[in-house]
Amino acid sequence: MTKLLKSRELLLSGIIILMVAGFATRAEGFAEPGNLANIFNDTAILIMLALAQMTVILTKSIDLSVAANLAFTGMAVAMTNAAFPDLPLLVLIVMALGIGAFLGSINGFLVWVLQIPPIVVTLGTLTIYRGMAFVLSGGSWVNAHQMTPTFLNVPRTVLLGLPVLSWVAILVVIGMGFLLTRTPFGRSAYASGGNPVAAVYAGIDIGRTRFFAFVLSGAMAGLCSYLWVSRYAVAYVDIANGFELDSVAACVIGGISIAGGIGSVAGAVLGSLFLGVIKNALPVIGISPFAQMAISGIVIILAVVFNARAEAKKGRIILRDRASAEVTA
Amino acid sequence: MSQPQTTSQPGAPRRAIPDRLGTPVGRMLSSWEVLLFGVAVAIFIANSLASPYFLDAWNLSDATFNFTEKAMIAFAMALLIIAGEIDLSVAAIIALASTAMGAAAQVGIGTPGLVLIGIGTGLACGAFNGMLVSVLKLPSIVVTIGTMSLFRGISYIVLGDKAYGGYPDSFAYFGQGYLVWVFSFEFGLFLLTAAVFAVLLHATNFGRQVFVIGNNEFAARFSGVPVERVKFTLFLLTGLMSGIAAVCLTSRLGSTRPSIAQGWELEVVTMVVLGGVSILGGAGTIAGVVIAAFVMGLVTFGLGLLNVPGIVMSIFVGLLLIVTIALPILARRIRQASRS
Amino acid sequence: MKSTMNAVAPMTITKPLADQAPVLEMRGISQIFPGVKALDRVSISLHPGEVTALIGENGAGKSTLVKILTGIYRPSEGEILLDGQPVQFSSAQAAIDAGVTAIHQETVLFDELSVGENVFLGHAPRTRFGTIDWRTINARSRALLRQLESEIDPTIRLKDLSIAQRHLVAIARALSVEARIVIMDEPTAALSRKEIDDLFRIVEGLKRQGKAILFISHKFDELYEIAENFAVFRDGKAVGHGRLKDTPQAEIVRMMVGRDVNDVFPKTSVEIGDTVLSVEGYSHPTEFRDISFALKRGEILGIYGLIGAGRSELCQSLFGITRPSAGRLTLEGKPVEIRSPRDAIGAGIVYVPEERGRHGLALPMPIYQNMSLPSLTKTSRAGFLKAANELKLARHYAERLDLRAAALSVPVGTLSGGNQQKVVIGKWLATQPKVIILDEPTKGIDIGSKAAVHGFISELASQGLSIIMVSSELPEILGMSDRVMVMREGLMAGLYDRSEATAEALVRAATGNA
Repeated sequence: MTKLLKSRELLLSGIIILMVAGFATRAEGFAEPGNLANIFNDTAILIMLALAQMTVILTKSIDLSVAANLAFTGMAVAMTNAAFPDLPLLVLIVMALGIGAFLGSINGFLVWVLQIPPIVVTLGTLTIYRGMAFVLSGGSWVNAHQMTPTFLNVPRTVLLGLPVLSWVAILVVIGMGFLLTRTPFGRSAYASGGNPVAAVYAGIDIGRTRFFAFVLSGAMAGLCSYLWVSRYAVAYVDIANGFELDSVAACVIGGISIAGGIGSVAGAVLGSLFLGVIKNALPVIGISPFAQMAISGIVIILAVVFNARAEAKKGRIILRDRASAEVTA
Repeated sequence: MSQPQTTSQPGAPRRAIPDRLGTPVGRMLSSWEVLLFGVAVAIFIANSLASPYFLDAWNLSDATFNFTEKAMIAFAMALLIIAGEIDLSVAAIIALASTAMGAAAQVGIGTPGLVLIGIGTGLACGAFNGMLVSVLKLPSIVVTIGTMSLFRGISYIVLGDKAYGGYPDSFAYFGQGYLVWVFSFEFGLFLLTAAVFAVLLHATNFGRQVFVIGNNEFAARFSGVPVERVKFTLFLLTGLMSGIAAVCLTSRLGSTRPSIAQGWELEVVTMVVLGGVSILGGAGTIAGVVIAAFVMGLVTFGLGLLNVPGIVMSIFVGLLLIVTIALPILARRIRQASRS
Repeated sequence: MKSTMNAVAPMTITKPLADQAPVLEMRGISQIFPGVKALDRVSISLHPGEVTALIGENGAGKSTLVKILTGIYRPSEGEILLDGQPVQFSSAQAAIDAGVTAIHQETVLFDELSVGENVFLGHAPRTRFGTIDWRTINARSRALLRQLESEIDPTIRLKDLSIAQRHLVAIARALSVEARIVIMDEPTAALSRKEIDDLFRIVEGLKRQGKAILFISHKFDELYEIAENFAVFRDGKAVGHGRLKDTPQAEIVRMMVGRDVNDVFPKTSVEIGDTVLSVEGYSHPTEFRDISFALKRGEILGIYGLIGAGRSELCQSLFGITRPSAGRLTLEGKPVEIRSPRDAIGAGIVYVPEERGRHGLALPMPIYQNMSLPSLTKTSRAGFLKAANELKLARHYAERLDLRAAALSVPVGTLSGGNQQKVVIGKWLATQPKVIILDEPTKGIDIGSKAAVHGFISELASQGLSIIMVSSELPEILGMSDRVMVMREGLMAGLYDRSEATAEALVRAATGNA
């Protein structure tokens, strides 16, 4: 089974490589390192949000408010930058992380303490957070000329051949890999989604684990909010509209079980890259970008079918136990 | 029938078991629906105090358009959620059905044909969802996130950034016509579908099976309930109602864009949950959803009269959703705490 | 006794004496759930280096006690003393910290995680930086498993292990926390004799380390082999305790049951009729193979076997929950094909599942709606419900089964286990079946209702119903069955007439001991 799970990620990598190769035959230079780096940079934010979403999903929850959180926090950060151009960037980033984490903690609190189903909580906060972005801005935009050059340039600065945005994503991937496999929190996340009853017996506080997963998801949305606003050089109420579903889609494609407890960092990253490659390929091979939504829909459905096959509960197999007992005896 | 000796516990006289406990009135007064009705009345009074334009028959009639289409979908969604499933693709079905009607209108198909196409598209989408969930046994929440992208995605492929218009004049009746005086066709349809779904859920074998599936799918299966067939039918019904809503909405707007009814799936789910349907399945009433529809309609209309923009209203809707679920939980906690 | 001999062997660190201070004491513990008093002021004490057998029928309150000891439930009253000091296990972690660990039935582990992680989850060793130290986890897991004479690789996933291997992982987990109190909840249920011997060697080792062990099992021979003390629970009350070797088995059985066995299983002799159901070569791809038997009118066929022998799987297949891969069914001389429970109900075969709450009832729904569910076509008109008919039907069977409830409209979940079972049986009787399959019909039912259920089963048989009864309780099987089929590891291990069916024969067939 370990092999099969590994091969799941291998399979996805293979598909992505085949897709890139296929697109390269239709569009000159698609597989060039420069273009691939571009695609990665384009997908960086999705990768980060998908990793946060995955942590939440591992605990048998879902966070549909990430994109709304990003919109509100992005608006707050952009407006602060416009109003106080002298504030150092670091302060703004800390502020983004803090606001994002706070909004995430509201979700986490409602799920943990009041035990409201996560999908209901985040459906509610999704409309609330985006509505608050409107209240905050009064519906007006923050445009590039109102932002400071540092605010706009840092994520684009190229270091060792890659923009800072890409480096941030790489660091987040490494950090999340570390968090999920090397820390008690990460293992609690897997356990509380995989077998909640057993997790309680093992002394794991499922509610608290979920709470921290939501805080993490919120903080990640906060970090991404700055990166998003800076990258697109604009902040308005509707930014990243529907992006919460992209993050769920990336997880599903990456083999993360919506029922919790199963999934890997590599899977989430590959699922995001899969969507990123498609998004970048459509214009260059002459397909209307409007087709992207339908294609991701089909891919999500296929991925769910595939996941269901892979996860099909084996149950206890009596005759197999017998067979193995005979072999070992 | 003689009873085995061992069953009667000493001193426990045989007694008849009553059919029900308490009086019908008592049961009714303690219900969620009555509480919600109180909220609706309070909002109605607050609105009429806050704005002089509120208590006007035509204004109130206009206000019903805020919820009639969504509520029609909410009735079907209520059954689906009671059965423990969900359909997040309803708004996307509206987009696809509306696009199909728009395309048909361009080639000169008349009003009856358009209605059939709209409803047929809804049914087809519902059947597709139902097949994925009941035949392939996939979790409905992710499946319908996928079909939501797929259905609306097809609309985007067809329409891009363009729009369809040019519907026949007679087509306008469904979204703009009036039955008598201030009562619109949509409002009539809303009342009719409410009655149909109330009967279906509360007075038929099918409705009973829906409740059993939502409470314990295993027990339902172990009792011979055709679980898969019931679920498929529910997705079909949700598709049908989305198709009907698409006809009404398209008729009312007179045009189709791929972004039509964007975000409605959340409002529909909110309406259902606000109506007292348990998001975990197994409990709920159509009456509750009807009152919830009025509550949401009154809130948006009242705020609209006070010139509050739509997106800010959504804050209230989101708050309403969370607070209405959190309050009973908190109340139960407090009751338990005070008892011990 | 052999175990006592071992316990006083020279290696012993703590000398097991009855008057030695208990490491853990529970005094006057009650646990009250809505409508049920699961535990009623029970007291029990556990001594270092000794095994205490917790004995009781299903539903006597044993698992509730385990849940209190492991911090899952907080008792409604009473106190727990650790080394004479009052403690409160406010969470599972608090119980673990206090040195209590439980080895549960197979479910309480994580399929998707590695063996090492299952051993150390919740108390993983950390590196200097506070992160999980995988190298230490794997090394220590391997060492612990070696100690148990096992070479399981700590890095493989748990779902690839057999049931016996999972047990070893669970035991390694108990050892890893350096627990002082080890609870073993039916650890031998799914093990072969050899594996049980291995397990008992490990238990002896734990005793020598001075651990206090609470051992729950239904098998008396094992208990006499391994335990020093015993405590008997019945209907949530502690009804006896003492030194096991001074107490004959018959006396313990009397405490457990509270009356003579003959009263509990009032099988009336019934005239056996023609064959109703015949099963030939029934097989399932993974669960059972080549099962054949014939069931006659008025007959009770008992199916005995250990947990995991494939009995429930067979029954569920006969009821259409799963499809067989081969085999034939003949009902009253006509071949039938059962592909769904609907087919089975239509044909007149019904199934009372082992897990009532999970498979048999919609607990939040009213009694009468549960009862009428499979008969809705009869109580309704043109697809529309007729509540009056449903209530009438429910009332009829409620009275016939002597159901105790406040009203027919109360949720089934508010009833006691025995009354819930009556609702399930009533629901099936309303369909007027020919064959009724009862899977552990008295599991989790208090003793009074148990006798009622037995009486009723007997009565159904006398009315000409054919009955298949799966049970893990030997007295129930022996007392009730006209014939007994024994299953072992998915195969038929024997078919016995009432006259040939002795406890020894059935146990030998079920465990495979020659």
